[in-house]
Amino acid sequence: MEKQIEPLETLTEIRSMMERSTRFISLNGLSGVFAGFFALAGAAAAYFYLRSGASRLYYENALTADGNINIPFYVFLFNDAFIVLFASIAVAISLSVRKARKNGLKIWDNTAKRLITNMLTPLAGGGIFCLILIYHRQFGLVAPSTLIFYGLALINASKYTLNDIRYLGITELIIGLISAVWIGYGLIFWAIGFGIVHIIYGILMYYKYER
Amino acid sequence: MSLDISQLNKAFDSRIRLGIMSVLAVSDKVEFSVLKEMLDLTDGNLASHINALEKLEYIEVIKQFIGKKPNTSYQITKKGRTAFTSHIDALEKLIKKSK
Repeated sequence: MEKQIEPLETLTEIRSMMERSTRFISLNGLSGVFAGFFALAGAAAAYFYLRSGASRLYYENALTADGNINIPFYVFLFNDAFIVLFASIAVAISLSVRKARKNGLKIWDNTAKRLITNMLTPLAGGGIFCLILIYHRQFGLVAPSTLIFYGLALINASKYTLNDIRYLGITELIIGLISAVWIGYGLIFWAIGFGIVHIIYGILMYYKYER
Repeated sequence: MSLDISQLNKAFDSRIRLGIMSVLAVSDKVEFSVLKEMLDLTDGNLASHINALEKLEYIEVIKQFIGKKPNTSYQITKKGRTAFTSHIDALEKLIKKSK
């Protein structure tokens, strides 16, 4: 049997094999767009909820008039954020599954596991840190911290998925740092960071990879 | 046009062996079942290619027990990495020449 040597084809195959075994490439840009719109809807819900409250600065609603932590305020924000997060993750998973199936890839493989652990570790640390901030009544820093830790988690996770996620992480980190300077506009920065930035990156990635 | 293929490593003529090396080159150690899934092979087919690479000392076998279950994973050796890299270099040279 005559062996046909096609160097270019062989190299391309090696490359794709290496990528497939290290990076999770089934992310779909549209997930970002959906996450962005969910975040904007969540921010709008929070905005209307806060407008009915005593003060327009969100963190001044964190305490009740007698100086206790305002539980209903946090329950509302927590539920709001949880619904946004849940909807975003659900859409991201279903779109990734579809893309993986289309390209004949396994969805739950080593790369997916590595991506998720490397994303969740900094994120879990950040979440606990935010609870500690609330415990110390540093309410104004909670929103900036979520953005900063989310950015760091993305930068960390980007080693195991599409490289664009790195720049998304850097953008979120910068927005988080800026919002830490102008405390009290957390909701606006949240809408920018989790909403608008996701939509922009999602569209860019969609055009880059899906078309 | 004739290409000089003497630089290419015979061991990597097989797509499967090249595939195994590509995966191992970028991971620290990979389980048998994972390799099998990634390359979409049967147990026997993968095992025979792994044996060939092991004989050449391009990869090494790590056997351990997870609980009571034996678990086999593979790792690229220094020799294997050198061979793999020079094979890729040779392929690149071929591409440049054929342009």
